[in-house]
Amino acid sequence: MTDPRLLVTASPHLKGPASTKTIMWHVVLSILPIWGTAIWWYGPSAFLVVVAATAGCLLPERLFGRRGALSDGSCVITGLLLGLTLPPGIALWMAFLGGFFSIAIGKLVFGGLGQNPFNPALLGRAFLQASFPVALTTWPKPGGDWWSLRGDNFALPLMSTNPADTVTEATPLGLMKFEQKGTEVSDLVLGLTGGSVGEAAAIVILVCGGYLALRNFLNWRIPASIFLTVALFSGLLHLLEPERYADPLFMLFSGGLMLGAIYMATDMVTSPVTNRGCWIFGAGIGFLTVVIRTWGGLPEGVMYSILLMNALVPFINRSTQPRVFGARRKAKGAA
Amino acid sequence: MLSLSLFRHGVHPPDHKTLTAALAVRRMPFPSRVVLPLSQHAGKPARCIVKAGDHVERGDKIAEADGYVSVPIHASAGGTVADVGLWPHPNGGYQPAIQIDVDPYSAQASRQRLIPEWDTLEGPALVAAVKDAGVVGLGGAAFPTHVKLVPPEGRTIETLVINGCECEPYLTTDHRTMVDFPERVHLGIRIMMQCLGVKKALVGIEENKPDAVERMKETAPSDLDVEIAALRVRYPQGAEKMLIKSLLDREVPSGGLPADVGVLVQNVASVATIAEVFETGLPLIERIVTITGNGIRKPANLIVPVGTLIGDLIEACGGMTDDAAEIVLGGPMMGAAIANLDAPVTKGTTGVVVLTKSEVRPRDTLPCIRCGHCLDSCPVFLNPQLLGSLAKSGEVQAMTENHLWDCMLCGCCSYVCPSNIPLSQMFTAAKADARRLEAGA
Repeated sequence: MTDPRLLVTASPHLKGPASTKTIMWHVVLSILPIWGTAIWWYGPSAFLVVVAATAGCLLPERLFGRRGALSDGSCVITGLLLGLTLPPGIALWMAFLGGFFSIAIGKLVFGGLGQNPFNPALLGRAFLQASFPVALTTWPKPGGDWWSLRGDNFALPLMSTNPADTVTEATPLGLMKFEQKGTEVSDLVLGLTGGSVGEAAAIVILVCGGYLALRNFLNWRIPASIFLTVALFSGLLHLLEPERYADPLFMLFSGGLMLGAIYMATDMVTSPVTNRGCWIFGAGIGFLTVVIRTWGGLPEGVMYSILLMNALVPFINRSTQPRVFGARRKAKGAA
Repeated sequence: MLSLSLFRHGVHPPDHKTLTAALAVRRMPFPSRVVLPLSQHAGKPARCIVKAGDHVERGDKIAEADGYVSVPIHASAGGTVADVGLWPHPNGGYQPAIQIDVDPYSAQASRQRLIPEWDTLEGPALVAAVKDAGVVGLGGAAFPTHVKLVPPEGRTIETLVINGCECEPYLTTDHRTMVDFPERVHLGIRIMMQCLGVKKALVGIEENKPDAVERMKETAPSDLDVEIAALRVRYPQGAEKMLIKSLLDREVPSGGLPADVGVLVQNVASVATIAEVFETGLPLIERIVTITGNGIRKPANLIVPVGTLIGDLIEACGGMTDDAAEIVLGGPMMGAAIANLDAPVTKGTTGVVVLTKSEVRPRDTLPCIRCGHCLDSCPVFLNPQLLGSLAKSGEVQAMTENHLWDCMLCGCCSYVCPSNIPLSQMFTAAKADARRLEAGA
């Protein structure tokens, strides 16, 4: 006698507590304090830029994505992160366009969630950097009147902006690169320097990332490996020639390294699946970042380092396959 | 030497054992009908030697072992053979089975000894008696015990490992066997040690069963080298390879047997059964089954005649609740769901778990986000993420190259997958496809 009430499903019949939606929305939650800090420093501009970038991400996902794709939260993360990498004074339509590009070209053309080889937020930023180099390198000074806009946020496309309205300054990395001027590490940690929206306050990013790592929502090996490599490599350079090369603490806390290492490089989709692979991936990012910052034409190199290493992920995965239980170790130990 | 290193990876599902852990084993009344499939062990199905209308007594042999990896089947209750034909099998299909209408007026009393005393036997005769009693492993796979008692050529067994982990959630049959019949477990260990000529036995019990550890230690015989080890809890520690790793820190070679590292693993319930058949003189015709889950009204640990229909068993436990939604035979991690309540309990049925609507695994999945959690859970260090994507594109050949055959379908990867991708189900299907490909090639 077959009972019509009964289901027949495959084993296992139990499901662990983790779900993709939980992971994604926890990442979203963990970004909010960083955004909050940015708003504290840069006022309504920081709020508006991130909202515009996020809206730009949501639109294509809703139009062309899977049904119900908005509810998985991954595209909100892309939007928030993209917004955090932009200068607070950028025109909102640019932020929106960047978001649209991130999701439409960076993610959906590859097949949506889980299919994109490159971090979509960084791809969007790279697109903006290539399209609007001036807007992407105009950094307002933090502080001042909280309510004032930090640039011509409401500029319209094809109109010339009016950057003279706001006080701008070079970023610490720019100062280092072009004027050989250092910046106090304490200022970097607290976010008292010019930079992108989310470069404010490295300490907040560290704390939020620590929470995600504790919940196993990000693989701590990636940031650990990046920080270690950057510290060791730049430390070595600094030892050799202290006048020419920045010290490791400056390297760690300046620019987009914190945000990049903790939030961009750890994007599960575009980082290796093996733990050994994550160490290698992080080391590659750290190494390239120091190389670009030190000898490249740009003051900052985190974005291109991550994108470059993203491209190597399939190769890293293939060469770090785990050794199967009970399999004989290869003679050269490279199994 | 004991290392207690604990195998790596694995998962920690909630164990749900409190439903039945404290309930002593009791006997269930004889049902009005028992149905004994000819195939209820690993290996070749038994050959039927009765026909409809024959009268059988409890313990009579009704099917002969057909070949070396096969065991006979015995009537689990006295009565009349009603039919020999196809019947719903717990594996989901229909298979040949012997149906017996149980004599309602029979006392079902134990008769004279059918199996000789064990201490009168030696070597091959002892092994033959084990086979003749129809003894198989009771941990689920139902592998004929007599085959295990003869180590493969060129291998010597130094250590007998007794598996008392019972790492599957819900199940408490091994637990209660150790608490209620510890002497029997020790006698079984003694018989096995004599058969194999081993000097050392290790009993691995997960530490969430302190009473079992206690009872097994109390009753351990002083003249044998039997060590009781309490192991940290982690699924799937009850898998042979994982248990050997935890206890002895040895890795069974990929594709190999525990005998390759000088070990034989037998589950506690199976060991107790070896002792039981020699104690009672009756062959394997009943076993302990845990009937549990929030979908069952009165969870219990019962001694059940083999061949009892699952429906009758559930009735004996007060029936199902209104929100019962799925019946799983065995544990929830590796057990198979059935919908046909006419399927009988077989020698390999460890438990019947009835899940309610809210406990059934959700069916909605999301794309893989390559989080790597499956790699971190796989106890044999496979890459389920890669295997899953290969399975999706039907690349069975590539899957076997990526060690599909090392997968033991423990379900850890599916359990942790945040996108709820049914990985182990895909691997089960791929293994079947691979077998078909190999047969065709």
